[in-house]
Amino acid sequence: MAPPAATSTGESLARPEGWDGIVADWSSDQRTFKNVPWGKAMMWIFLLSDTFIFTCFLLSYMTVRMSTTVPWPNPSEIFALHIGGQPIPLILIAIMTFILISSSGTMAMAVNFGYRHDRVKSAILMLVTAAFGASFVGMQVFEWTKLIVDDGVRPWTNPFGAAQFGSTFFMITGFHGFHVSIGVIFLVIIARKVWRGDYDRGRPGYFTSRKGKYEAVEIMGLYWHFVDLVWVFIFAVFYLW
Amino acid sequence: MAHAEGQQHPISMYLKIWGLLFVLSTFSYLVDFYNVEGYLRWSLILLFMILKAGLIVAVFMHMMWERLALIYAILVPPVLVLVFVFLMTHEAGYTFVTRGVFFGGP
Repeated sequence: MAPPAATSTGESLARPEGWDGIVADWSSDQRTFKNVPWGKAMMWIFLLSDTFIFTCFLLSYMTVRMSTTVPWPNPSEIFALHIGGQPIPLILIAIMTFILISSSGTMAMAVNFGYRHDRVKSAILMLVTAAFGASFVGMQVFEWTKLIVDDGVRPWTNPFGAAQFGSTFFMITGFHGFHVSIGVIFLVIIARKVWRGDYDRGRPGYFTSRKGKYEAVEIMGLYWHFVDLVWVFIFAVFYLW
Repeated sequence: MAHAEGQQHPISMYLKIWGLLFVLSTFSYLVDFYNVEGYLRWSLILLFMILKAGLIVAVFMHMMWERLALIYAILVPPVLVLVFVFLMTHEAGYTFVTRGVFFGGP
């Protein structure tokens, strides 16, 4: 079997910019997304589909919240923590937000060091990102436990008000927490590959058998930033509304 | 670096964006902390949300350095979701009124 042809992403070709560039890229009878490895283009398309899933969740939440005649529970009070005998509104959620943003920062730097072939720094930053992610999931477990065990919130009922609060809360934050958990697992896998120098030596990937490259770190980063991005919307429309 | 591999930008830029995201998150938390109400609350929450989302997509996800063909293919479809938001807002309003009429709610 002949060796697979080297994939040129066309960096060396001068391509038109602006609207001419869009027309030229789409009508070129080649790969549409120039300068972008196929793995990255596919991750973007996956993230677009994931956007629609989260959109459906958040829109159904919006619809049930606007259409219920029973008062909606006040998230500011429900997610308050008593620190030093004083209730501080939403403090746990605020801490979770800052943790996720910090993990996005370390991830962005891991991508950067990856492209500089600084594999030790890149792997360490990815592990820091994974640790932030794991602590985020840990806090979510704490939050769920408090709501389920102490407050008696269920998907079909809760003591605060509209019953739809429970179902939308568990659905939305659960699906997001699941994304974070999967992200942590993949971060550890990619960090191990980076640490081992797979992408310096071009060691073939397990599933694809293609030459490993540092673009894998950036693709991982896209997923991780997306998880942070979704949290921005959940934080705004679920907790602050 | 004539032929730099992938996306390479100075680390200081990421740190600045990180700081900016922290500031914006603090602001949106303060909106709740100081109990800002009404339209002002909504405009502030949505403003900070859009700014944070924009910074993450543009800088952290490197969208601002991609070619327009990719930017439009990924960012235009979510904008169409606003049509869905518009539809569901009216649907929810109708359901609310109907419940009020038939169940004697508020």
